Amino acid sequence: MNKVLLIIQREYLTRVRKKSFIVMIFVVPLLILAMGAVIALVAKDSNELGEKQVVKVIDESGQFAGKFKNQRNLEFEYTKQSYAEVKAELLKNENISALQIPADYTKNDAVKISSKKKPGITIIEKVEAEMNNIAMNNGMLKNHIDTAILRSIKSNISLSPVEITETGDKKTSLGANIGVGIACAILIYLALFIYGAQVMRGVIEEKTSRIIEVIISSVKPFQLMLGKIIGVGLVGLTQFSAWIILSVISTKILGHSLSSSGGMMSALAVLQTIPVGKVLFCFIFYFLAGYLLYSALFAAVGSAVDSETETQQFMFPITLPLLFTYMLSVTILFRAPDSPLAVWLSIIPFTSPVAMMLRMPFGPPDWQIYLSMALLVLGFLFTTYIAARIYRVGILMYGKKASYKELVKWFFYKE
Amino acid sequence: MLSIRNIVKQYAGHRALSDVSLEVKSGQVFGLLGPNGAGKTSLIRIINQITAPDSGEVLFDGEKLNQSHINRIGYLPEERGLYKKMEIGEQMIYLARLKGLSRDEAVRRLKIWFERLGMETWWKKKIEELSKGMQQKAQFVATVLHEPDLIILDEPFSGFDPVNAEIIKDEILALNKKGATILFSTHRMESVEELCDSIALIHKSHKILDGTVKSIRNSYRNATYLVEYNGTALTFDGKQPFEVVEAKEGSDNDNTIKIKIAENSTSNDVLQYLLPKVHINMLQEVIPSMNEIFIEQVNLIR
Repeated sequence: MNKVLLIIQREYLTRVRKKSFIVMIFVVPLLILAMGAVIALVAKDSNELGEKQVVKVIDESGQFAGKFKNQRNLEFEYTKQSYAEVKAELLKNENISALQIPADYTKNDAVKISSKKKPGITIIEKVEAEMNNIAMNNGMLKNHIDTAILRSIKSNISLSPVEITETGDKKTSLGANIGVGIACAILIYLALFIYGAQVMRGVIEEKTSRIIEVIISSVKPFQLMLGKIIGVGLVGLTQFSAWIILSVISTKILGHSLSSSGGMMSALAVLQTIPVGKVLFCFIFYFLAGYLLYSALFAAVGSAVDSETETQQFMFPITLPLLFTYMLSVTILFRAPDSPLAVWLSIIPFTSPVAMMLRMPFGPPDWQIYLSMALLVLGFLFTTYIAARIYRVGILMYGKKASYKELVKWFFYKE
Repeated sequence: MLSIRNIVKQYAGHRALSDVSLEVKSGQVFGLLGPNGAGKTSLIRIINQITAPDSGEVLFDGEKLNQSHINRIGYLPEERGLYKKMEIGEQMIYLARLKGLSRDEAVRRLKIWFERLGMETWWKKKIEELSKGMQQKAQFVATVLHEPDLIILDEPFSGFDPVNAEIIKDEILALNKKGATILFSTHRMESVEELCDSIALIHKSHKILDGTVKSIRNSYRNATYLVEYNGTALTFDGKQPFEVVEAKEGSDNDNTIKIKIAENSTSNDVLQYLLPKVHINMLQEVIPSMNEIFIEQVNLIR
């Protein structure tokens, strides 16, 4: 047991001391913050026009004259010039566009907007909305409908979701649930891959550098495998803990500096509708158990090959269930977190880390969580057993191209 | 020290060891010889408990080999290797601690060894920064740092330049003098005669020869002698007490003949026959070298 501790210590320290590890601790939260800022900026800006745009309206129908409303950075000018004259102007200034409205404007694609640049999607949308509004108003006037009354009876209903519990009603936020669920699923998925692959690379390194024979003349192969898996797992935990602490600190700081804007605060308030403690606990559990399950398999793959390039054929079946669940999670499952497919995926060990984390913010029934956890523990005991039997033979096999048949043979080898 | 009894090891396609038995006595330098693929490494792996035999047993100091013996064995595999990205000092300490040494003790001994082999400046270097020969030296230190009772070396001299091979050879002998039993495999025969007390020859999974180097060579004596004389080349009429195997004429009337002495005759009879005829420079018994015995034995079983 003492020797396993030594191995864990080495695996952990050599990784944690690496410069890349320390850099990652700080870079990733910064990247996430920066990405968030960029997304917010882009989302805000994409509805605005960057420069003042002038639209020259050539109205042959006479229905629209004087009815366009100017907006920020978007001005409408009515002109009696012919299209050819306007065109000459367009070629000179790319911030001018021409809107041709023929007499029979209701026909498909009859209305044309042209400019030197390709007309932007924002400007097209704005002009389209404006024209539709005007056309509708015109239509209503023609049919003697009072637009004032119509406006007053127009409704704008939005639902406020409330979850009823025994301790009292609480406000929930579907958006936050989905956000947190998908974020957890993606994180688990990435973490399983990143740290599983690290275990595999570690095994291949020992095999190709041939130090393996020295080590296993001192410890049993299983001890080495276990030490490596636990050591790398602790590296993962350290990394996540550092990220969580850094995120909490940075949101606190940002929260203070942005408290006037209130946007960040309301986002935090929304997050409070989710059982953060429970989600966090489950995240750690599913990361650890899922990692143990997959890293054992990754270790077996590493032991069967001579270099990283040969891992492809074995990696595919291992990654398939994870990839499959991940794809389903971010596309369909978050819309129906209690559907039978989601429930089954969150119970089967190979897919449960991703699927259950996706469901977690929506509060799945306790029995499902317990069943899924128990099965996951059984699952990793099972894969570790299989992997250890392949590993002990594989690490001593050089130059032999391993096939699945070969792996099965190794599994049945006596000591 | 080590008693190997009726070991059989079967791999999927072939038999690596069939019914091999060996005795390695305490304090010996034991050479395990054999062509490539004979089964030497398989046997060494079994002694190191890396693999287990299909049948047969290994006794270490009279006890059945078990995990408690691991710390008393030092092993230098044929395929050398260390963690490339790890600092050498730290790596040596790690390997020693895996063999049950405390950290402080490992540091203390390592300093002594590094000084002795002129490696003091390597402590903070990474393995990948060292030359191949330097890596081998470091690995040798890692093998013996925990002062094992049994040191197993698989092809210890491969990869060393002659100067370093000599240094390592001296270190091996020094360790042997201090009481360590050495078991090494090699196909470099000259090192065998120089180093080994006993040998075993393994060929195609069978042990075909074992014993002390002296007794083996003696058993291969076949009354062959080399005679060097000065004078005109002799012609023989069949009455001489020997048979000429080979005759060579050198310059200035120097002649060499290789003879096989007839039964019931001795080297003295040869001298008496030759003395009146020529001036004798040398008479030497030809004992086959281990190399010749090795080749002869291997060719015998083909």
